[in-house]
Amino acid sequence: MPKLDSSIPKNMQLKSSVTPATPRTTGARGRWWQGVGTSVMWWCLSLGLFIGIWELVTALGWVNTLILPPPHEFIAEIGNQEQFLAPRIGVERTGGNFVLLTAIVATLKRVVAGLILGFIAAIGVGGLACYFKIFGKLTLPVITLLAPIAPIAWIPFAIMAFGIGDSAAIFVVFIGIFFLLTLATVNAINNVNQLYINTARVLGASRRQVMFKVILPAVIPDLFFILRINFFAAWMAVLAAEMVGVNTGLGAIVMVGRQMFNAKLMFLGMAVIGVVGYLLDVGFRQLQQRVLWWKGSAQI
Amino acid sequence: MSEIVCDRISKIWNPDTNEANLAIDDISFSVEPGEFLVIIGPSGCGKSTLLSMIAGLDTPTSGAIRFRDDVITEPSPHRSMIFQQASLFPWLSVIENVAFGLSLQGLGKRERQQRAKEYLQQVGLLKSANRYPHQLSGGMQQRACIARALCLGTDVLLMDEPFAALDVQTRHQMQKFLLDIWQGTGKTVIFVTHHIDEAVYLADRVLILTANPGRTLAMVPVDMPRPRDMMSKGFDYHRNLFIEHLRSEVVKAFEEQELAEMFDTRIK
Repeated sequence: MPKLDSSIPKNMQLKSSVTPATPRTTGARGRWWQGVGTSVMWWCLSLGLFIGIWELVTALGWVNTLILPPPHEFIAEIGNQEQFLAPRIGVERTGGNFVLLTAIVATLKRVVAGLILGFIAAIGVGGLACYFKIFGKLTLPVITLLAPIAPIAWIPFAIMAFGIGDSAAIFVVFIGIFFLLTLATVNAINNVNQLYINTARVLGASRRQVMFKVILPAVIPDLFFILRINFFAAWMAVLAAEMVGVNTGLGAIVMVGRQMFNAKLMFLGMAVIGVVGYLLDVGFRQLQQRVLWWKGSAQI
Repeated sequence: MSEIVCDRISKIWNPDTNEANLAIDDISFSVEPGEFLVIIGPSGCGKSTLLSMIAGLDTPTSGAIRFRDDVITEPSPHRSMIFQQASLFPWLSVIENVAFGLSLQGLGKRERQQRAKEYLQQVGLLKSANRYPHQLSGGMQQRACIARALCLGTDVLLMDEPFAALDVQTRHQMQKFLLDIWQGTGKTVIFVTHHIDEAVYLADRVLILTANPGRTLAMVPVDMPRPRDMMSKGFDYHRNLFIEHLRSEVVKAFEEQELAEMFDTRIK
């Protein structure tokens, strides 16, 4: 047995400073850049191929461009926004060239408001259901039964109850994530490592402190992940609501395009929906990594 | 006055059912203030259960555990537990972990971090104060856990195989470190392990338990000056004494692998 220095703390500190926190070498960083470069290249190739074939097919006259306009035509439709004004698409009329923007803002506002309300309400109800067992026993069966109802199925009720406008759309988003997220909250709370709870109790935490200082921070990353998964359902629900009754926002653009037999407008709306939805997911992923700052990247 | 008194305690899991299982059977002992008691026994002897009952996380089915004449019914910062897996909260920095107990008492951020820093210094982790637990090694995490307990001014450290998950080198360093802390602060320590050498190295007295159910097999004092040399005759004597005691248990419940592990734990 080797004789060890008796001044242990100092000795170990020496060792600790050697232990690397996150091994990130320049080589790894170089590879990271390369990875981004390659994936950008494939993105461009894939998109270019798709648009190229589409343009080719329309240029050759194989399809009716009135029904399936080529991308360059419907994208050019952006410059022709005055006509969106005929039926009200944007919630506010900010002027001819920004109608598309107001439509995007209108839709985003509804989705974000619904998601935030749903997230907070679900954590609240889920937390209460775990904290007060009787409350949980009374509410969870009902929530379990309501959860499988697709958000889209709530649209008729929302329009009847809230009328045409923001509140109906926000309600649909809210209801679309609330039940699922409440069940997920209960599940996540039940799965919190007992070690953390015992540790907090030994350190003198009351039941309420365990709830707020241990259980809540422990479950939020899981819930955020589930929120991201369910975001698309909410996104689709709000678009559907805009098509069938709310009559403003991105979904309405597509519907107006059909009503005016303007396929270019229709496709423009669809393209914007796709791009905005994608960007939102990217934003969510970034946010999720911020929320998960305390986990090593390998664990995400 | 004894610090901790266990008075004829028994624990039955799932009482009044078909699966009722006697885990601990009529164990009595007491721990003096400032004493280092090691509880040793194979898995299934209920030593972890015993410890969590002393912590107040569990209650005995019969009998009573007293802390300074008060019957223990719930956890208290007077008795802090260190678990086998490091139990730092991954979402808090090291210093906020150490200050966690103080934040429960409503201490302001500056004040609690000030106090946490003292204890981080004591366990040699001051430089890591703002790092997160996943950036620390296993030994450093356990030291932070110890700092967290000390930071609350705890009187009794309850340690449930705290070094079992560490490699042999770190483990031995941690044992020395723990003795330093214990001698420096005069805390009472109850330390559970299934390593014989660890028990001989650390203990004032060793409580040996049988397996399934846990009963008192023997209470053996270890009268050797510290620091103890693992190669000395006295150390060998105690090691053999414990092996002898536990050998009578061989025929009984424990599995071969467990036994091999217990008897082959010399720290190289």
